[in-house]
Parts: sequence; structure tokens; C-alpha cells
Amino acid sequence: MSERKKLDRRDFMRTAAAFSFTGATWMAVGQKAEAKYWQLDPAKCTQCGRCTTHCVLNPSAVKCLNQFDICGYCDLCFGYLQPGSRDLDTGAENQLCPTAAIERKFIEAPYYEYKIHEDKCIGCAKCVKACLVFGNGSFYLQIRQDICINCNECSIAKSCPSDCFSEVPESDPYMYLTGDTYLAHPPA
Amino acid sequence: MKYLSLAIATLSTLLLQSAVAIELKFAPPDFETDYGMPYLFTPQPDGRNTPWEALILFGALSATTWMVFKARSRRGLFAISVFSLLFFGFYRQGCICPVGSTQNVMAAVFLPNVGISWIIVAFFVLPLLFSLFFGRVFCASVCPLGAMQELVAIAPIRISPALERVLGLGKYLYLGLATLGVATGSGFFICRYDPFVRIYRMADNYSMLIAAALILLIGVFIARPYCRFLCPYGVLLGWMSRFSKHHLEIPPSPCVECRLCEDSCPYNAIDMPTPQHLVGDPAEGKRRVRKLLFLSPLFILLGALGGYMMYEPLSHMNPTVSLSERIAKEDRKLVQESILESETFRVEGKTAAELHTESLAIKEQFKIGSALLGAFMALIISIKLVELSVVKKRTIYEPHKETCFSCGRCYPYCPVEEGA
Repeated sequence: MSERKKLDRRDFMRTAAAFSFTGATWMAVGQKAEAKYWQLDPAKCTQCGRCTTHCVLNPSAVKCLNQFDICGYCDLCFGYLQPGSRDLDTGAENQLCPTAAIERKFIEAPYYEYKIHEDKCIGCAKCVKACLVFGNGSFYLQIRQDICINCNECSIAKSCPSDCFSEVPESDPYMYLTGDTYLAHPPA
Repeated sequence: MKYLSLAIATLSTLLLQSAVAIELKFAPPDFETDYGMPYLFTPQPDGRNTPWEALILFGALSATTWMVFKARSRRGLFAISVFSLLFFGFYRQGCICPVGSTQNVMAAVFLPNVGISWIIVAFFVLPLLFSLFFGRVFCASVCPLGAMQELVAIAPIRISPALERVLGLGKYLYLGLATLGVATGSGFFICRYDPFVRIYRMADNYSMLIAAALILLIGVFIARPYCRFLCPYGVLLGWMSRFSKHHLEIPPSPCVECRLCEDSCPYNAIDMPTPQHLVGDPAEGKRRVRKLLFLSPLFILLGALGGYMMYEPLSHMNPTVSLSERIAKEDRKLVQESILESETFRVEGKTAAELHTESLAIKEQFKIGSALLGAFMALIISIKLVELSVVKKRTIYEPHKETCFSCGRCYPYCPVEEGA
């Protein structure tokens, strides 16, 4: 009888431990429960180029965006052209982008549209840096959320010298340069 | 009225413009043609860590439990291992795994403003709950790290129990260090030095890939080296499993002490019947345990002191502290070249003094944390010593509940049949 009772008490303790353990974990963490995704803050980014090499994916999940409402549509685009290039044209030797991921398209005199082909972009931020120095700064890096495998510890974040990576909620997984998202999605 | 609406229009334009804080060097063009600006391409996340994955984890744990207790099938467990390797390993690319989720839970507990999604909580809690009721079934064939090691353990040799115990302290140290890293905001070290996730992604730096290859190579002979000597989550699972309600048993019916399973376990997890020479004088044993219990507070205090003395090197795991030291070195011209981190720091406009103050505050945390880490290690060692001194009279072969991975390697060795 006493043996039986002892076992019951143990069972009770075990169940109680399981419940309190789960409950405590839930209480400690439960209030802020939303799925998180890594993103980088373009305002803090210093274009060091580590996004290209430090991502666990190759090519990196970090891609460059061109926010068209900031873009000056310049003919002499420093994000597109190699410094000191002789001709303002699409010649390979004139392009700054190492993978030729930027497409230059004539719109109307004197404006050109610069579109980034993200399948070619490696996130090296060369265009971002050049555009920030001489232009409006419409190029900026973002983590493409459909490519990123969302590592528990982001491999780029741990080696980012300007500490611009953070985890953002699933509902708003991009950090747009202007905080303006109207250009992000076509109107429904 | 007309003026009022005009004023409102002007005001709203001004307000709208102030929302865009970027100063434009070139005015956005005024297109004469009907050119429309393209939209940014910013697709949504493709649904990682969904409830489905937590459900599959639950399913895999249940299937393993069934294989361990009802089917008693080593082959079945092996099959689930292959599934876990493919699904949790190669398909989900190892993230989030319960081992790594330990850090997310610790971060949510220790750090302010750090959240965690309930899927990650589920990944952390489910294996522990199963462990509390059925032993370490998670290790048996669900863990993607364990599965890979289990599959390569082809020619396992047994190492001496003494060496096993000493090396086994590594996992407590790893758990302690990982906790210290998370609590001081220094990073997720379990993920950073997880060798197997590199294989699932077939990427990342070469030194970690080489480490992974080495561990797997060692794992061919010394089975599951990571699980036995390093796995921090295994510590928690072991604690739970020790008090488990049910646990794997080698024979399905009463043990006949045939000694056939004696060499079956490559993990030293089978407790043998107590040899005669160990069952000595009970009074002597009691005296030894009393002595150990009496000395352990002193030992823990010594451990805390030793840990405290280690706070300086340990604090270098924090990036702020190491950057501050680097800046100080560069300023005093102790090093010639600068690194990317220090260059970035200098353009960001924070002063070295501010950084130093920050670093000092973090070092204060490390003082407490390192002392606690030392005390924790001393506590673990004292508990292990007391355990060694307490001789339990055992007459049959049974798995050691804390260290047994429930892998079922001993099943084929046991000749006892069900209901015999």
C-alpha cells in the first residue's frame, strides 16, 4: 500500500513539474509571441561588403533594392557606372556592378531607369555606396525574405560591424528606406 | 472656405514631405511621358517554423516512443533517424532545432525586449516533456544532430567509463558558457559552433565544415561524440529523463542476466549488476558521502572564485568588450593596422569613452555570470562525485536513465522474449 502511494505521489510530482515547467516557459516568453525574421536597417548600413561573403547562402540572401521614388533617374549614375568611365553607356567595362545585375533603360531625355535583377545581385553594396556619395541614395540592401533561411543566429548579423541587423516581426519584414511602403506592393 | 481647403492641402503636403526624411541631391524627375514607377519586389517570408513543423516534431517523437516501447525495433528507430535527417536536417536546414531553441528561451528569459514565437517554445518544450515521461526519445531518432551521428557510428568502440565521465563534463561547461553568452547579449554560441548545420546547408566557412567532418570521422569509432560530450540540450534532457515515468528496458520480460548485452552499448549507458568487490562496508560508504557533502560547499565556493577570476578572458566573447579593447589598443598605438570593426566605429561618431563605459557595464555582468558558471561546474562535479560514492545494489542489466539515448542498439542482443 505504501509503495503504491509513493508511486502516485511521484506521478503527481512529475505531472505538476511538466505543467509548471511548460507554464513558466510560456509565461516568460508568451507575451511577445510573434515569428521573427532577420532584417537590416539601411540607415545604419555602412556598405562594408560582408553581406556578400558572410551569409550561409551563396549567393547571399541580401539583395539590393532601388527605391524609384527617391531615384534621380540620372544619366550619369554613380551606382551604375564605373568611376572615370569614358562613355555613359551599357558597356560591360563601364559598369560598377561586378555581376552586371543593374539594367539601364532609357525613359525620356535625360532620364534613365535602373532596375536591379535580384537573381544576379550578390549584395556587395558597391552601388549603394556610390549612390550614397554622389546621388540620392535610392539603392539600399535588404534581406530577401523568401530566400533567407532565417538561421537562429544570423551569420551576417554576428559579423556586421555597424550592428544594423535585428529581428523584425513577420507582419512587417522589410525596413524601407523612407518608412514608406506604398511603392512596395501594387495597389490591390 | 476655398482658402481653408487650400490651407489644409498645403499643410498636408508639408506633413507628407516631412515624413520622407531623406534629403535628395537631385529632384525626382518630372516625367512628360506616361512612365509609371515600378514597384519594389519585396516578397513575404515563405513560412518557416510553421505550426505544421511543430506538429511533425510531435509526430516524430510519438513514433519514436512507439518504436522504443511497443515495437522495440532498432530498425524502426533507424528509419525514423533517416527521416529526421532528411526533414529536420536537409529540408528545414537545421533551423530551428530544439538544441538551438534553448538559447531563444534563455534570451526571452534574461534579456528585455526579446520575444520568441510559440513555435520555438514548442520546439524547446516538446522533447523535454517526452523526456520526462518516456526518456530521451528525442535523442534516439528525432534530433537532426544526433541522427547524423547515429548513422555514421559504424564501428563503435567503448571508452572507459572514467574517461566518459570526465569528457561528459564538457556538456555542462558548454551549457554554462552558452547561457553566459546569451545572458550577456554576446550571441548564440550553440548555433555558431554547431558543426552539423553546416553540412545540412553545404555552406558557411571551411573551418566549421572541417570541424564537422572531423567530428563525424571520430563518430565512426567513438559514437555520438557531440551528444555525449558537448550537447548542452542533452544536459536538460538528461535531467528530465532521470525522473522519467517510463524508460526503455533492455529485456521485454525479467532479465536473465545472460550478459549478452554487456558490450552492446557504445555509450557506456548500461548499468551492470553491482560487482561484489564494490559492495563494501556500508558504514565506510556513508562516511565517504558525508565527507563529500561536507566539503562540497567549500568546493562550490572555490569554483565560484575560480570562475570569477576567469571573467576577463570570458568577457571577450562579447563584441562590445572586444571592440572596446581593440580601440584602446589602436589608440595607444599597440597595433598598427585597423580592422573593419574599428574603422566602422570611428565613422559612426561614438566616442571611445562611451564605448568603454558600455564595455565596463558588460564586464560587471560577466563578473557575476562567470562566478555563477564556476559555482555551477563545481556543483555538477560534486554531485557526480557523490553519485560515484553511492553504490546502488543492482542485480540486473538496466539502462542508465540519464545518459541512455534510447537508441535501441541493445535490443537485438537480448535473447529474452516477450512474456517469457
